[in-house]
Amino acid sequence: MSTPSPKGRLTRDEVAHLAHLSRLACSDEELELFAGQLAAVLDAVAQVGKADVADVAPTTHAVPMTNVMRPDVARPSLPRDAVLAGAPAAEDDRFRVPRILGEEA
Amino acid sequence: MSSPDLTTTSAADLSRALQAGELSSAEVTRAYLDRIATEDGALGAYLHVDAEAALATAGAVDAARAEGRELGPLAGVPLALKDVVVTEGVPTTSGSKILEGWRPPYDATLAAKLKTAGTVLLGKTNMDEFAMGSSTENSAYRVTRNPWDHDRIPGGSSGGSSAAVAGGLAPWSIGTDTGGSIRQPAALTGLVGHKPTYGSVSRYGLIAFSSSLDQAGPMTRTVLDAALLHEAIAGHDTYDSTSIDCPIPVLAEAARRGAGGELAGLKVGVVRELGGEGHTEGYEQGVLDRFREAVALLESMGAEVREVSCPAFDLALPAYYLIAPSEASSNLARFDGVRYGLRVGDDGSRDLDEVMALTREQGFGAEVKRRIILGSYALSAGYYDAYYGQAQKVRTLIGRDFTAAFSTDDGLGLDVLVSPTTPTVAFPIGSRVDDPIAMYAADLCTLPASLAGVPAISVPCGLSEGLPVGFQIMAPALADDRCYRVAAALEAAQDAARGHRLLDELGRLGSKEDTPS
Repeated sequence: MSTPSPKGRLTRDEVAHLAHLSRLACSDEELELFAGQLAAVLDAVAQVGKADVADVAPTTHAVPMTNVMRPDVARPSLPRDAVLAGAPAAEDDRFRVPRILGEEA
Repeated sequence: MSSPDLTTTSAADLSRALQAGELSSAEVTRAYLDRIATEDGALGAYLHVDAEAALATAGAVDAARAEGRELGPLAGVPLALKDVVVTEGVPTTSGSKILEGWRPPYDATLAAKLKTAGTVLLGKTNMDEFAMGSSTENSAYRVTRNPWDHDRIPGGSSGGSSAAVAGGLAPWSIGTDTGGSIRQPAALTGLVGHKPTYGSVSRYGLIAFSSSLDQAGPMTRTVLDAALLHEAIAGHDTYDSTSIDCPIPVLAEAARRGAGGELAGLKVGVVRELGGEGHTEGYEQGVLDRFREAVALLESMGAEVREVSCPAFDLALPAYYLIAPSEASSNLARFDGVRYGLRVGDDGSRDLDEVMALTREQGFGAEVKRRIILGSYALSAGYYDAYYGQAQKVRTLIGRDFTAAFSTDDGLGLDVLVSPTTPTVAFPIGSRVDDPIAMYAADLCTLPASLAGVPAISVPCGLSEGLPVGFQIMAPALADDRCYRVAAALEAAQDAARGHRLLDELGRLGSKEDTPS
């Protein structure tokens, strides 16, 4: 973020930026509302800063695991038609997507 | 059994009567479908009910039984699944508009297990969108009401399941719990709800919210029912890389043993930070009274009770509301309008990014958007260490508090920790929707066990102002059997003292159920 706000105060512009990064086309009213609500939430969650965590390792997962392997055996995957049946748009046995490149289609 | 009995009795009793041939699955299933038809308009527990499919399954079980085929104990018992559980060919929305109309091409592991066991799927229950919420008011589809008082919330996020089971619209249900979403709704509706040890029930086919916390478990009318349903869904699964490879726990036996009421030598720790001295802010007096009475009851059965301090629990709420939204912001990236569900604005003029942003804007509700934005913020450069990173370290401290309480080597050697399940009884519908902080406080007591991945159960411990209060029992990882043993002892002692089950008092309210506001 270009302009970090002091003490975690979340501005409307920052919310707009985060919404864009998250691919959420929020309305102006929504951005106003969220900025106020999220500022309050952020104040509350900032309490984690109170903990003395010098030399404390982070916990990413409740079960200590390093890696999980299974036998490399070929298994059938879901039938293509069944998967495509749930897609919003399909064409030529594939997911159809809106244009990805900048040019007109 | 008469029809009203069928919809209030325990699943274990139904199972016994079905195996003895005293009842047919069709009779039981029809009794529930009839009640859904008359009551669910007011209660709002279900998002999808398929009566025809349910009766077909029930008929097939009855036919198999008539032929003398060997069937499992759960065969023919109806069931409701929270709509977060993926079910082949059966609509699955996770409470969100973004998945409206989606019929999954596969079954979640637990859904497949329950199908193989011969249970009859009545339908899918309402929930807060993507399990984000504590009242089921964040559902994109409908309001769910608490059977004890239709003006109040049934808890959340598994509020459709709690309303269905307490209201007699399903004998039992599967919920999921990320920060309390099984235990809190169970507590607020007078049910038993258990969050298993993280990794002991497969997450394959559960629509992910916060992957390091999500866990499915039973919501039932009795402790024994919860144990039976839990045993049916537990076990290692190679489709879930966080699944623990260990034997299926013996839980029903623990529940039966616990019901004997002998707790001599059991070491119980009452967590000071969860409603104890100096930590009662936000707790209702009635909740604390019921909790203390239940602790005294455990003592009278021979348990050795002491208070224990778990200082890091004070920070469980802020840590959770950083970790869960962070993981959610990543998990929900999969809803991109390409592979399943909704797509908005694909008129040929817009590119993929624009269509994605419009789809997610229209498909997600306010709480989901708030959490995605909060999570993105907590994970972003410059803020990561202060928020997400710090929360993960607090998570370590919470785990250490549990270890200090449970460890027999260098800890207190306690068998279980106990607390109220929720600080308050069910609150009025609409009273907290505009105040996320107040809503989040509903999870105060359930979050520590979630963050540490340890098992925890909620069992009813009486009423306050005519509404159910829940008693939470937490145990070390993979010691789920202790939760069941202690919960069953408490349940049996209270039922004996009362002369009936707590849920039976719901039936006596009678008119209240018939007058939704």
